[in-house]
Formats: sequence, structure tokens, C-alpha cells
Amino acid sequence: MYFGLSEEQESIQDFVKKFLADNATVDEIRKIANGEGEELEKNIFDGILNLGINTLLIPEEHNGLGAGLLHAVAVAQALGAGVGPIPFVGSYVMAPIAINLGGSEEQKNNYLPKIASNELRFGIGMSEFVGAREDAGIEFSKNKLNGRALFVLDAENSDFIILANKSGNIFLINAKDKGVKINKLTTVDKTRSFHEILLENVNAEILALTEDNNEIAKKVIDAGRIILAADTVGASEAMVEKAVTYSKERKQFNRTIGSFQAVKHMCAEMAADLEPCYSLVWQAAYSFDTEEVSSSRLLACQSKSHTSEVGKMISKKATEVHGGMGFTDLLGLHYWFKRIGLNRQILGAPEIVREEAAELQGFNQ
Amino acid sequence: MNLEFGSEYDEFTNEVEEFCKEYSGAVITSNDKKFEMHDALSGNSSRKSGKSVGRSEWQKLLIEKGYFARSIPKEYGGYGGEPDIIKSRIIAGAFAKYKVPNAMGGQGIDMLVPTLLEWGTEEQKQQYIESTLHGETVWCQGYSEPNAGSDLASLQTKGELIDGKWVINGQKIWTSTAQFSQMMFCLVRTEPEASKHAGISFILIPMDTPGIEIRPLVDMTLKAGFNEVFFDDVTVPEENIVGKRGEGWSVANSVLGHERGSLANPNVTLNRLNTLINLMKEETIDGRRLIDVASYRDRLLQVQGKVLAAQAHSLRLLSAKINPGQNVKLGGMIQKLVGTELRHELEGLAIDIMGELGTLYEDDPNVRGGGSWQFTYMYFLGLIIGGGTNQIQKNIISERGLGMPREPKVQVEV
Repeated sequence: MYFGLSEEQESIQDFVKKFLADNATVDEIRKIANGEGEELEKNIFDGILNLGINTLLIPEEHNGLGAGLLHAVAVAQALGAGVGPIPFVGSYVMAPIAINLGGSEEQKNNYLPKIASNELRFGIGMSEFVGAREDAGIEFSKNKLNGRALFVLDAENSDFIILANKSGNIFLINAKDKGVKINKLTTVDKTRSFHEILLENVNAEILALTEDNNEIAKKVIDAGRIILAADTVGASEAMVEKAVTYSKERKQFNRTIGSFQAVKHMCAEMAADLEPCYSLVWQAAYSFDTEEVSSSRLLACQSKSHTSEVGKMISKKATEVHGGMGFTDLLGLHYWFKRIGLNRQILGAPEIVREEAAELQGFNQ
Repeated sequence: MNLEFGSEYDEFTNEVEEFCKEYSGAVITSNDKKFEMHDALSGNSSRKSGKSVGRSEWQKLLIEKGYFARSIPKEYGGYGGEPDIIKSRIIAGAFAKYKVPNAMGGQGIDMLVPTLLEWGTEEQKQQYIESTLHGETVWCQGYSEPNAGSDLASLQTKGELIDGKWVINGQKIWTSTAQFSQMMFCLVRTEPEASKHAGISFILIPMDTPGIEIRPLVDMTLKAGFNEVFFDDVTVPEENIVGKRGEGWSVANSVLGHERGSLANPNVTLNRLNTLINLMKEETIDGRRLIDVASYRDRLLQVQGKVLAAQAHSLRLLSAKINPGQNVKLGGMIQKLVGTELRHELEGLAIDIMGELGTLYEDDPNVRGGGSWQFTYMYFLGLIIGGGTNQIQKNIISERGLGMPREPKVQVEV
């Protein structure tokens, strides 16, 4: 029995962390956030791709690593910790899982090896299935898609886009199709991209096994939620570390502020609530990889909602420990605050996800 | 990650499960007041579907099977098995799953027995361990004093060695079960010249010794049973010391960590959560089940998230015990703080969803769960304060876990 990340998982996590620490400092993140760092962004992305994050969830028979979701969780924690400005949850977790679980043999052969070889990259939009805002909605008929999708993940510069409708059927379109209009949404989090996609008679293929059920869509969302939870855990860990470090340096009243119990207790509260979150997210990923959906989905839901609550508390308290500096752009702490804020709302805010978890357990009949 | 215990444990798991099925929902027949608190906190009292078993025969059966006192040597009345954390976990898991009553605990079993095994003389082990395991010798703990709470090491109860006997004077407080106990293990200042921590000894005191006065200290639950204990020239034999003179602080601290962890057992918390879910399905407001009220349901789900996180976390801590080198130092330090706060929140939620009904207590004919929700809600506030207050826990987490600086010493006014 061993409960934790394997040596291999820790090692890829350390690589990503170190790479981001060396190549994506706050100054560099700021440039990218301000839209002045296209070259920089590309170099960071290429550097992390060199670690093979695009191959993790592709089965070996399609030239991938064939690793489980826990492997991706290890990476997501590191990306959250360094507010990694690269696509991950959509392009390299949800998309390959959707194709692998939902695709016909032909579809798998067409796309999976090309994700592994980095010839193709996918964006993915499932927010309509989770809960449609405004008039978002897509309609499929005669192999054409029409409508509007909101909060599509990792669509920027992607080659293909995967979209789910309200019923959980999953479709695949070419992002370069002339009927596709991709509008970038301006969110508070500038380290990742979120898009609105407008579709007019766009050629689409349905992932074969999603034609008559929504189980695959749900499983893809489980994976996405666990990864977002891991990203929040990583970002929260970084915020606690920054708060503790700052409190040991900053002096007021001739003392480091970290010697005041008011400050120490805030840090202890953050650490105490964060520690069990690692355990919860790891168990959720392990359960996703090894157990029946009936037991793993509850953990996926609760990982997402619980880490969102803990992350919200930490992003507030860690900022407070920094005092006025925490509020400035100078320190850049807000990139972590906003990353956690986005993760909370994407693929189901806590109340929505908890309601799903209640339904799952037959609570609300 | 691998949560399988391995096939070598399959046979053991089957054996434990068979036993648990037989005694599923068993009730312990004893109206002995001294176990009332233990039963309420472990949930034993709410079980009513299975066999009836007597308290002491149950205790002996569990030892014989190796489901209690498992790694305590046979010559001291234990089962005499090799220490095996996984087997302990399998036993605890199966007992919780099948709602089998746990062996009685208490401070003698949970704290004194491990202390004697580590520090006691052969005579002390022979004399006390077996009768403690059988529940024949009940112990109370004499640590806290009116002026030595969070700063326990400043305790002032005095012990002088006069003519080969310890003569003890002073006062202890928060002594649970003192009125039912045969013995007390007590921290006493025997070396007044030594520094604060080095002047304390660990002494065993029979509670029927002349000069001991017990005054009940009624707490907010009206039943948890704390006491004040006064010592007026209480005289006990010299050999009643455990460890050497002045070693008492080390002797006591070797098991204090154990107490902190055991205050909020995640298996019991999970059982309480399940009981709460059933309560919400049974109770109604305006004819609607409470679980169908969206705001109540959302609070339930929030607590469930915390309980699942605590469950997963206890697996990670277990893993660190089995796999040397796995670092969960910070993860272990948070257990008392997180566990007690969570349980307090869970019990409080049950009261909130019951509303007016939730205020009923004691022997009211309409009280739900025998009054256990209110009792445990208040009792856990006591545990948040006791066993090292949760503020002290936050000092420990921030200083030892996060490496933050200690509060500067204030110049003491003379």
C-alpha cells in the first residue's frame, strides 16, 4: 500500500516546477498577460512540451505514454504552482480522454497519434453540458453544427475543437473551417485562454460512442474537474509558500511580521486546510484510473468543490498576509488569486457540482 | 499510488469481516456510568440491532481474537501479535463498516499502557497492564492545573520524597472520570531547583489514598464528567514513579502525540456523517424531507467534502507509517486542529437542520439520537480547547511545520 505520487510522477512535477521557476518568472508572466510576450509564451510552451505532457494520456498503442490521470494531476499541480501560461486541461487531458473513450477505432487512429506527435492540438468546450449560460447552445444536424459555445478551453491556435451539446453528444470540428468564428473572452485570468465560438454550418463529426449516451461526456468532465482541482491545489501551495516567506522578511514594530500570532495563525489555517486537499485530489485521480464510475465520480465532484472553497480562502488570506504589497501588481500575487478564481467557476462552480454530487447519491428525489 | 493492502492480507480481512458480520450492530449491556461518555463519543450507544454482549466478556473476546491490544505482549494480558499497522487498519475499517462496538478506550488504555510499555519497570507492567486492558483498573490523568493549562510545564503540584515515600500536595483540574477511577497517573514537581521541564516526575497514585478529594466540575454538557482533584499530604510508595526523577515531561510526552491524533478518529466522523444523512432523510419540515431542502443539502455536501478529504488524508498518513521516507510531517501536525473542528461543524449542522427540535436534550421524550447531537457538539468544543488548544496547534503548525519565528519572549515582571 502506498498513498502518494510515485517517483516518476514527482520527477515530472519537479521538472515542470523548475522549468517554470526558471523561465516564467512574475515579470515574464506579466508580459504574457499584457499580450507582449508571444515569443516568450511559445518558448515556455515548447519547453514544457519537451517533457512530453502532450503524450501522458495517449495510450501506448497510439504512441503515447499511456499514463493515468494521477500523472496529469502531478503536472497540473506544478502548472498551478507556477501559474503556467500554457494549455493543458483542455488540450492534453480532456481532449485525448474524449477521443480515446468516445472515438471509433478510425477516429482514435486519426487523432490520438497526432496529439502525441504534436502535429495537432485540440481545444474543448463542455460548458453547455455542465450548465449553459446566456443563450449558449449548439445544434447538430446533417453533419453540420450551428450555434454558440462559451468558455471553450485551450482553443487559442488549436487545430481542432471538441464540443459537447446539452445531451452530452461530443463533436469534433476543424478550427479552421470557414464557418467557425473564435472570439477571445477577456477574463481576470490572463495565464490561460477562454473563448466564445460561433458556428455556422460547420462540418462536424460525432465521436462515435457518444451518439446515444452522455456517460463519456461525464467521464471527460470528471477528469477535467480533478485536473482543475489539482491546479488549484498547486496554486494554493504557492500562495501559502509566498505568504510564509514574505512574513519572515517583512518587519514592522521591530519584528518580522511572521512572529505575530495573528499572522502565524492565518498561515497555519491555510496549511491545515490545504494538506488534506492533496490527499483528496490524489485519491480522486487514483479512483478515476482504477475504480468504477459509481465510486469515483463522487470524489471527482468533491475534489472540485472542496478545493475551490479551500483555494478561495487561501487566495484571500495569503494576499492579506502580504498587506498592501499583496494588493499591488508589482508583486504579481494576483495571478495566483485569479487562476484559483477561474478554476472555481470552470466546469461547474461549487454549488453546481455539489448538487450533482447530491443527485449522484440519490439525495434529492 | 496503490491502495491495495496486498493478497497476503486477504485471509486476515475475511476472518475479521466474518467476525464483524456475526457481531454487526451488537449492543454492550452495561449501565456502568463510567463508560457513558465513551459510548456516546464512539457512537456505541446508538446501535440497537444486534446481539447483546457484556462489557468485560466483550473486552476479553476482542483480546483473544487479536482485535484489541493486538501488539501488547501476552505476558501483560495482550494478544501478543507483531505490530502491523495494516492489520490494525483492517480491523478498524471492518468494525466501522459493520457497526461493531469498539473495545473500551479511556486514558488508561490509550495513554498509560503505551507509557508503561515504554518506561515502566517489569513490576509496574505486571501489576497494571492486564487489569487495565480488562477494564478492571480505570485510570484518570492528572496533568492540567488551574494555572498550568496551555503552559502545562509550569505545573506546581508538589511531590517530596520523605522517608522513602512520595508526599504530594496540590491540585489538578479537568480530570475526566476521576470519580470512577482506581488510579491516577500524575505529573508532579519533584525537583523545585531544576528548570521548568526538568523538575517534573510521573507518579502513579491510587485514588483511595487518604488526602485525595474529588470535586465534580460540571461542564457545559452537564454530563461529560470532569473533576477537580485536591491532594493534601497524599502519600504513595517511592516505587510508584515511572521513569526517573525529573524525567516526567519526557515520559508524558511520549504518548501525548498519540492522544492528539485519537481525538477525532476519521472512521467515527464518517459514521456520524452517515447517521446525519439518514437523519436528514427521516426528519421533515412542512412535510418535506430535510434532505430535499436545497440549503440544508448544500451544507451537508460541504461537510461531506471535508470528511472525504479527511478520510483520504488518513490513508496518506497511514501510508507514511508503512513506507519509510514518505514525508508527511505537516500532514500529521494538522490532525487535531482539522479533526476536532470538522466534527464540531458536523454535529452543529445536525442541530441546525433540526431547528427547534435540535435544541431538545437529555431525557426529553422527543429528543433525537438520545441527545447525542447536542452532547457531541458541545463536547467537541471542549476538545477544541483541550489536548492543546487549537490556537496552540496553530502555533505548532506555523513554527514547527512552516518554520515561522516564535513569539519573542516578554520580559517577566517580578
